[in-house]
Amino acid sequence: MDLLIQTVWEGLVAGVLYALIALGFVLIFKASSVFNFAQGIMVVFSALTLVGTYEALARNGLTGFPGAMLALVITLGVMYLLAVAIERIVLRPLVNQPDIILFMATFGLTYLLIGIGEAIFGGATKTMITSQLGLPTGSTSFVLPGMGPGGREGFVLIQHLDIAAAVIATVMICALAAFFQYTRVGRALRAVADSHKAALSVGISLNHIWIVVWFTAGIVALVTGIMWGARSDVSFALQIIALKALPVLILGGFTSIPGAIVGGLIIGIGEKMGELYLAPMLLGAMGKGVESWLAYFIALGFLMFRPQGLFGDKIIERI
Amino acid sequence: MADTLAIDDRAPGSGADAEPPPAKQREVLLSVADVALSFGGVKAIQGVSFDIRKGEIRAIIGPNGAGKTSMLNCINGFYHPQEGTITFKGETRRRMRPYEAAKQGIGRTFQNVALFKGMSTLDNIMAGRTLKMNRNFFWHLLRHGPAMEEEKRHRRKVEEIIDFLDIQAIRRTPVGKLPYGLQKRVELGRALAMEPELLLLDEPMAGMNLEEKEDMSRFIVDVNDQLGTTIALIEHDMGVVMDLSDRVVVLDHGVLIADGTPAEVQANQNVIDAYLGVAH
Repeated sequence: MDLLIQTVWEGLVAGVLYALIALGFVLIFKASSVFNFAQGIMVVFSALTLVGTYEALARNGLTGFPGAMLALVITLGVMYLLAVAIERIVLRPLVNQPDIILFMATFGLTYLLIGIGEAIFGGATKTMITSQLGLPTGSTSFVLPGMGPGGREGFVLIQHLDIAAAVIATVMICALAAFFQYTRVGRALRAVADSHKAALSVGISLNHIWIVVWFTAGIVALVTGIMWGARSDVSFALQIIALKALPVLILGGFTSIPGAIVGGLIIGIGEKMGELYLAPMLLGAMGKGVESWLAYFIALGFLMFRPQGLFGDKIIERI
Repeated sequence: MADTLAIDDRAPGSGADAEPPPAKQREVLLSVADVALSFGGVKAIQGVSFDIRKGEIRAIIGPNGAGKTSMLNCINGFYHPQEGTITFKGETRRRMRPYEAAKQGIGRTFQNVALFKGMSTLDNIMAGRTLKMNRNFFWHLLRHGPAMEEEKRHRRKVEEIIDFLDIQAIRRTPVGKLPYGLQKRVELGRALAMEPELLLLDEPMAGMNLEEKEDMSRFIVDVNDQLGTTIALIEHDMGVVMDLSDRVVVLDHGVLIADGTPAEVQANQNVIDAYLGVAH
């Protein structure tokens, strides 16, 4: 029983973080119907910028919390400039091109960011400045009487960082949902997602909206980068977590924020549970690494029976 | 209905007693001078000049491929003509972005309805008020204070438009699900929400049955009459064009072949030839 609780908790935390990554994709997909392949590298790039800036500040004597905060502000500035640059250099010249062209452009962007990132910060693995940012470290273990194997005492170990990650991600997701649903800019974003020319005709500036969207996706990437970076390390290998967002998106629907959340939780918990219960049942090689393929397996099932995802817009059009 | 129509503070275009002056004598709102537009080798518009005067309903007609929609696209900034100038409210410009045109007071609808399909009727029309809203979005996020006041004010305007177009029943329906005729009506509503000075309607009655056409004609006349909005419309139904419009521009193969009152245009030999075809 304690093992189950532990597993569900870990799945929950992983799920919230998956949801966060998926959210970055959903934002951009909604506003420009582009699947942003570069979201994964944006996570790495923002985390690297944060750590790199902090290291540079630390060399000049500014360490600890103030240094980390300054680095955070600078990183936000960099992500904003990145959004502006992407809008100017990539999106604006490609306006009205087919979606596949924009998709390919985000591939280009990925390799460009890898190149720039390596040139500036080097390819070495870095450690996230977790404690300097004021994020909690350490863990608490809870004793659960009678929940261990055979009625003995059970234990659940909870990392403080995981609690912080879950809380921050939840706040972030709620804020974004409110932003989309209740603000003028949010409505404009949804309008742009539906029809570019109609949005233009009522006076919505596409350029402005794209900057807002990419900057928001950049902020989401930064938060994701901090959280994932704190749990493992900051390196270019981190970008493959973006691929984990894919089954989440298929599950939740590419255009739905609640979908990204629920999809993330299902995949996160599903993976951990699969590892616990499914792996022993499968023989040999199949049982190994359940965590790495189960998500895609679930996604495949969804594609067969509900291709628009749990919450995706099934656009009903009259023809 | 007249008081619900007080969508803005402008004086109505015409009273019941005072007959408005003929369109030709009114002030020029928009003038198009020697505009030429080509796509590669295709000359969509060649040296076209005409004007639209305040408060009139101006029809642009012509056979398919005459360059009518291209003309509207030039006026609201989707296309940039290679030659010529467009002057709106005394301001001449060569290149203008669509949102700048919207800001100056040019609203429009599209030939193949362009709505925000996933959004409700209400949200679609609210989107039309984007430019009228200016409160900081942090206030919006909090749904509090001045932003809330503003939101309410805009909602009231939108409700007036919904009443005017008689679409109360579909307020919350995602517009993608609506029948075509109603979609066209919502699109008109969204354009009206901008409180435009010049409203461009691209085939507002295409694909409608007789009853829907009559409704739409009534809305167009009412908008023009009671809100004083100047309207430029493209339409293929000649009966509608002749009934509604004050003056008519006729384009054929990108060239202006006639410009005048409906009666003048109807009698014009060039126009008859363009429509019926003539042996050269």
